[in-house]
Amino acid sequence: MKLNLKVWRQKDRNSQGQLVDYTLDHLNPHMSFLEMMDTLNETLILNGEEPVEFDHDCREGICGQCGMMINGIAHGPLENTTTCQLHLRSFQDNETIFIEPFRSAAFPVKRDLRVDRSAFDRIISSGGFVSTNTGQAPDAHSLPISHQLTEEAFDAAACIGCGACVATCKNGSAALFTSAKINHLVLLPQGKEERQERVINMVQQMDAEAFGHCSNTEACEVECPQGISVLNIARMNYEYNRALITRK
Amino acid sequence: MLTTLSRKMLLCLTGLFLAFFLLIHLLGNLQLFLPAEEARLQFNWYSQFLSGNTFIKLVSYILYLSIIVHVIDALLVTIKNKKATAPYKKDSRGRASKWYSRNMGVLGTLVLIFLVIHFQNFWYVYKFGTLPLDSAGKKDLYQLVVTTFQEWWYVIIYVLSMVALCYHLIHGLHSALRTLGVFHPKYVRWFKIIGGVYAVLICTGFALMPIYIYFTTN
Repeated sequence: MKLNLKVWRQKDRNSQGQLVDYTLDHLNPHMSFLEMMDTLNETLILNGEEPVEFDHDCREGICGQCGMMINGIAHGPLENTTTCQLHLRSFQDNETIFIEPFRSAAFPVKRDLRVDRSAFDRIISSGGFVSTNTGQAPDAHSLPISHQLTEEAFDAAACIGCGACVATCKNGSAALFTSAKINHLVLLPQGKEERQERVINMVQQMDAEAFGHCSNTEACEVECPQGISVLNIARMNYEYNRALITRK
Repeated sequence: MLTTLSRKMLLCLTGLFLAFFLLIHLLGNLQLFLPAEEARLQFNWYSQFLSGNTFIKLVSYILYLSIIVHVIDALLVTIKNKKATAPYKKDSRGRASKWYSRNMGVLGTLVLIFLVIHFQNFWYVYKFGTLPLDSAGKKDLYQLVVTTFQEWWYVIIYVLSMVALCYHLIHGLHSALRTLGVFHPKYVRWFKIIGGVYAVLICTGFALMPIYIYFTTN
């Protein structure tokens, strides 16, 4: 199949970027989107041009490294998948595809399709952990936790931190990411210990990174590859309000 | 500086108060649907009762303050949100959310413009203008309402503004409860339905008033 690509090219953080047209022919519809990008780069290298830089790692949909706006949708038209799990069969022959980086003031473009998502790392370092002396592994059932609760915590922990929520949000809000990281801890007894400091510190860090306000449009949940629920955001609000009222 | 969550809380609390006020305002104004002469006496008595009551006066100051805080806070939230985003060359993000949830600022501005017109129509004239007296010696606000709604363009402005208010409320009420921290899936579902019904009932009720008066007095 044949594809007409309009790819965002930007030299570095401070330069102006632009869309550049490329045409690829004889593509296999069962190629993944990233294999198509590899094909493009091989062509560019053979022509003596700079390849398009993009982030990727596991290519099995679990690491959260890859992520592009494909035709104006984070990770492309297929729901609940990462870019690496999207295949060319999701597109029409001879279709024009816009490929842009995830955009947000908190995610500056480093080059082409690569963005700096270290703002997420700083949110995690501000409170996304439990302070315990790990020592030896404890007995498996020394802390009784119901299956229901572990599943709920795991649903929040499934967030892979790809940033599609921020890229999709019209306000550039990181509420879905931050709330998922707060909730997977607060649901479990180990995480309950530091719940007040955690939610306050992580929310403050989220604000310091220039993310916007959540206005509950719920677009983030729709485009999230892991389908993280927006109810996490409501629970973060609950945790935050609770911390403001009860903290000493 | 307030955090993003506290800013939304301010927006939520003032918004919920304003939404609650709408119910009281609607219930009071239902008197307009009475037979004309009865409505005139009742409505004018009610207006004078409200303007002379100290408690209502206090509530009205909270109301004015809520409107101002809600508007300014919404403006600050919108400015920060605009700064936090960058435009896409091709943008299809709209597929994932409702148009009215993305355009609360636009809907809110329409409601604010309507409020200016609405205050000028009735509140300003009642407080600072001169009105004839009815047979009971009260200021005849009812006559002003009837005269205003005999103009078809006022009827259209009022009805369209209620459509804007309705969409603003549908998203606003649902969003406010999220901000308060209601995360239980069952209650989230219920509140979404209750909020929608509340918004539609309130706005339909208000929109019917100018329509009713236009068609019964013309």
